[in-house]
Amino acid sequence: MRLLSIAGGLLPVAAVVGALLIGAVMLLVLGADPIKGFSALIEGSFGSLKALSDTASKAVPLLLVGVGITIAFRANVINIGGEGQIVLGAMFGTGTALLFPHLPGWLLLPLVMIAGFAGGALWGAIPGALKAYFSVNEILSTIMLNIVAVQIMNFFLQGPWMDPAEVEKGSRIPQTARLPQQADLPLLLKNTRLNIGLVIAVVAAILVYIFLWRMTEGFRIRAVGFNPFASRYAGMQVNNRIVLALTLSGALCGLAGAILVFGSESHRFVTDGSATGFTGSAGFNGIVAALFGGLHPIGTIPASVLFGALLVGANKLQRVVQVPSALIIALNGLVVVFVVSSAIWKRRLDRRIQLSASRANDPGGGP
Amino acid sequence: MSEFFKIAALVTTASTGIRYATSYLYAAIGETFGQRSGVLNLGVDGIMLLGAFGAYYTTRQTGNLWLAMLVAAVIGLIMGLAMAFVSVTLQAEQGISGIGFYLFGLGMSDLLFQKLVGTPLPIPGFPQIRIPWLSELPVVGQLLFSHSIIVYGAFLLVPITTYVLNRTTIGLKIRSAGENPAAADTLGVSIARVRYGTVMFGSMLAGIGGAALTTELRIFQSNLTAGQGFIAVALVYFGAWRPVGVMYGALLYGLVASTVLQLKTLGVIPRSVSDLATMLPAVITILALVVAVQRERQPAALTKPYQRGG
Repeated sequence: MRLLSIAGGLLPVAAVVGALLIGAVMLLVLGADPIKGFSALIEGSFGSLKALSDTASKAVPLLLVGVGITIAFRANVINIGGEGQIVLGAMFGTGTALLFPHLPGWLLLPLVMIAGFAGGALWGAIPGALKAYFSVNEILSTIMLNIVAVQIMNFFLQGPWMDPAEVEKGSRIPQTARLPQQADLPLLLKNTRLNIGLVIAVVAAILVYIFLWRMTEGFRIRAVGFNPFASRYAGMQVNNRIVLALTLSGALCGLAGAILVFGSESHRFVTDGSATGFTGSAGFNGIVAALFGGLHPIGTIPASVLFGALLVGANKLQRVVQVPSALIIALNGLVVVFVVSSAIWKRRLDRRIQLSASRANDPGGGP
Repeated sequence: MSEFFKIAALVTTASTGIRYATSYLYAAIGETFGQRSGVLNLGVDGIMLLGAFGAYYTTRQTGNLWLAMLVAAVIGLIMGLAMAFVSVTLQAEQGISGIGFYLFGLGMSDLLFQKLVGTPLPIPGFPQIRIPWLSELPVVGQLLFSHSIIVYGAFLLVPITTYVLNRTTIGLKIRSAGENPAAADTLGVSIARVRYGTVMFGSMLAGIGGAALTTELRIFQSNLTAGQGFIAVALVYFGAWRPVGVMYGALLYGLVASTVLQLKTLGVIPRSVSDLATMLPAVITILALVVAVQRERQPAALTKPYQRGG
């Protein structure tokens, strides 16, 4: 219930503006010209066809994770296991491609995407079941499953899946060999990185909107999130809806993981031994996009473009004003803090509206 | 395999494990205070990173390790003040605001490191203090009485904080704020003041935990903690909100890490298997969570902001 008070309104916009203002101050303190810095950031993210396509590519995992997070938050469960779910999706997808390297593309490509979806679903279903049937706090279990996922990933990438060339050279970078070509995600624009993953993500967002707002099962998930007691009283299986919400949430993150592998430039599964090394913290940045998108699948589309742009533009910012791109991660953190903190004003406003409404309905109260 | 079981090797492994447990212990004991008073601080990892960078940078600039610890503690206090303002005064959803603090700490520590330092040169660490007479004892001497002041400090915190939480008025106020804030409020306990206090104290310990990590490893790098702060939060559940239980959890993580490292160095197990072995503590923690919730009860008001009459 409290989670929902984050949704909607102009407060998220104010939060981003506030974070960017602080960013400007930080640039000044670090001896850089903020106007020069921000124009580099905009140019780096929207200034050319390549910049635009990079922004759109970067937005894809944020959108899928953001939409997944939205489903969980709408059921009033907090999913901070995006990182682990992305990793598991990537693992299932990669495993499928390595298992059936000779399947034709029209079969293999859908198969690896479905495998990614399934891997993430599994990593979402576990905390879902733990919460529903054993009352284990989902924040805790998703954190721990992130850690387990990273270790499974390292086991495979430094062991059975490691590129034989890396083993021979002795450099032992934890990465797979180039995955089967027919499983590459087709490019949307030649000579860019933009691939069909964008279409998959947007379609997924629309489908989730239809599911949550136009279908009974989605309505039940939202009802459980709005008031679990009333939902139970109305005869809904609250526990099953919690499992379903976290499973779907994880599945979309897993799909993002498969897209990250098969849509990457190297067409390999690469890490530096940490989750961030593979995901680029998409599991956390997706939360930022979901919050900014008002916990609405369609709102998350422009939100993920915005945060994709910030992440891509940060590299240009680094080159032009010599301020490390890590600045944007710090600012993303501030956006999250500002959005959830500002929810108090919205709650107060809602309460006032409710009060005045009840006063208006009260015949004795009016003049 | 036989090489691993020689007494000398076993003692070295266990002693390293105790050292590894230190940073977890500082952070997790700090988090215990916040949670006992009803506030879940998920930003620990970010605060640890900022504390670690502060300590690393101070040592690089001045060579003064004590000043470095102080800087880390102050950074922790400031972050704690911000966290308390957001979760207590603004009553924000703690599960999400903590992620914001984490991302802020992750980005900020990396930004400052790249901008101010660049090349990760090593720093000196605290010297080993061999406690007279006790450190001469066979086995136990090397195991327990030949560590740096940072390690002793962490383990001394366990009895001290246990006493404070269970036997003092402050401890009672903290526990009542976490169990029944409304009742405590009617008895004149300022819930806000208690929670500001615990969150700031906890964040200070998180900052020191980060400093402990950087001075033990004698290095700083981007994302140095690699999720230790998140594990610290889980350890509080693992230890059922008691400092002694938290210590067992921290030792579990430390000992598994050092054992795996030792086995890897000796070439007893292949690299890839050791990665699976490092998974053990996380899996054990999840199982412990399942068992713990059946037997233990978390503070009743955990993650619930307090509002009079609300």
